[in-house]
Amino acid sequence: MNFAGQVLHWFLDPANWQGDAGVPHRTLEHLAMSGASVLVAAMIALPVGIAIGHYGRGGILAINISNIGRAVPSFAVLVIAVELFGIGALPAFIALVALAIPPMVTNSYIGMREVDPDVREAARGMGMRERAVLFRVELPIALPLVMAGVRTSAVNVVATATLAALVAWGGLGRFIVDGLGLQNYPMLFAGAVMVAVLSLAVEFALAGAQRLATPAGLRSTTSTQKEETAGTLDPAGIAA
Amino acid sequence: MFASGVFGAVEDPWIRWSWVGGHLDVILAALGQHIQLTLIAVGLGLLIAVPLGLVAWRNSLVRGPIFSITGILYTIPSLALFSMLLPFTGLTVLTAEIGLVSYTLLILVRNIVVGLTSVPAEVREAARGMGYRPLGELVRIDLPLAIPAIMAGVRIATVTTIGLVTVTALIGEGGLGSLIYDGLLRDFKTPLVVGTVLSVLLAVMADLGLAGLQRLVTPWARTGRAA
Repeated sequence: MNFAGQVLHWFLDPANWQGDAGVPHRTLEHLAMSGASVLVAAMIALPVGIAIGHYGRGGILAINISNIGRAVPSFAVLVIAVELFGIGALPAFIALVALAIPPMVTNSYIGMREVDPDVREAARGMGMRERAVLFRVELPIALPLVMAGVRTSAVNVVATATLAALVAWGGLGRFIVDGLGLQNYPMLFAGAVMVAVLSLAVEFALAGAQRLATPAGLRSTTSTQKEETAGTLDPAGIAA
Repeated sequence: MFASGVFGAVEDPWIRWSWVGGHLDVILAALGQHIQLTLIAVGLGLLIAVPLGLVAWRNSLVRGPIFSITGILYTIPSLALFSMLLPFTGLTVLTAEIGLVSYTLLILVRNIVVGLTSVPAEVREAARGMGYRPLGELVRIDLPLAIPAIMAGVRIATVTTIGLVTVTALIGEGGLGSLIYDGLLRDFKTPLVVGTVLSVLLAVMADLGLAGLQRLVTPWARTGRAA
């Protein structure tokens, strides 16, 4: 049987779809761990980035945190978390939260800064209070870039959760790490395909969410172009 | 990692200088391999990204597909990409480099296109008025003006690659990542700390070095605050 046949055989084997070590359970583990990490990181990072952007203080920190985050290898963060918190789910969770924070801080800061000062002025001139300016004007305009940060972080987290199999945690990375260890290449390849598909699915789903989050008034071609430029020239759009 | 000290075991410190002193050759070799893997990846990445970027810039029909394909390569997690190559290319440098180069493409191509697109139409108009032919205009006008954006891409790609090289430890390469992996496997903090610190330092130095290079090749941006 050729290699493709062996991979297909692995996918068709009912044993690989049952129990705690089966594909459905591992996929759920992977998604639950990633979702929880992104959620907790968002609860920490978004208020910080939005506050820095709103008050305009500490911008240097907000910009540089993702540069620093990029320089620290995720693999190293994970292993350091193991040294600090032992093996299993806890160090994986803490490492993933730590990795997810920087892009969200930077992008929400940039989103808030990119709000046209004239628009802010106009909102104040219309008699809006500070809270209303923040929640009804600045945040809706900043939302697409805030969501871009969440998306960058989420894709990173799904990718790094794969490495967490190395520190005795589950998720889809298990098939890859065990496949490597046992030199079971069909299992390794099947695991890699599932991880790739899951990452792309998360990326596409969040890209859709980002589009939905864009206020109708901003959905012109010029604004998308501007956003793309910001994401490209600024490190925040791209993180490892 | 298992509650050291409970069984009367000696506490493993974050760094044991005697190990560092006795393993300088190993550390230097890892650092050298790390630099080599990064240079090859970013160099090959640029060789592929420049023509792709030029095509994507000139031809809006292929721009979408080029961004989509490089975007997909960028989204696939590194470990998954290495693992998909492994059955075919084995535990080799080739496997590592195919993966690493793939990751640089999106960053480089996007920045090349953004840089070229940002050249003001009047400037290109003026160049044509002065008699520049298309190739001369590209080489002497468009590309130099796109350098800040292109260099921003090279910096991000380089720093990202330095981080990703550590993951190649799992497929038998790794550079400084092999020290980190060694620390994990032997539950010994010193190589982990040495590998992490050197990797971060390497990324910071590379970023600063490239920023300096950018100043050097764009002397016109140094006067005034236009940039």
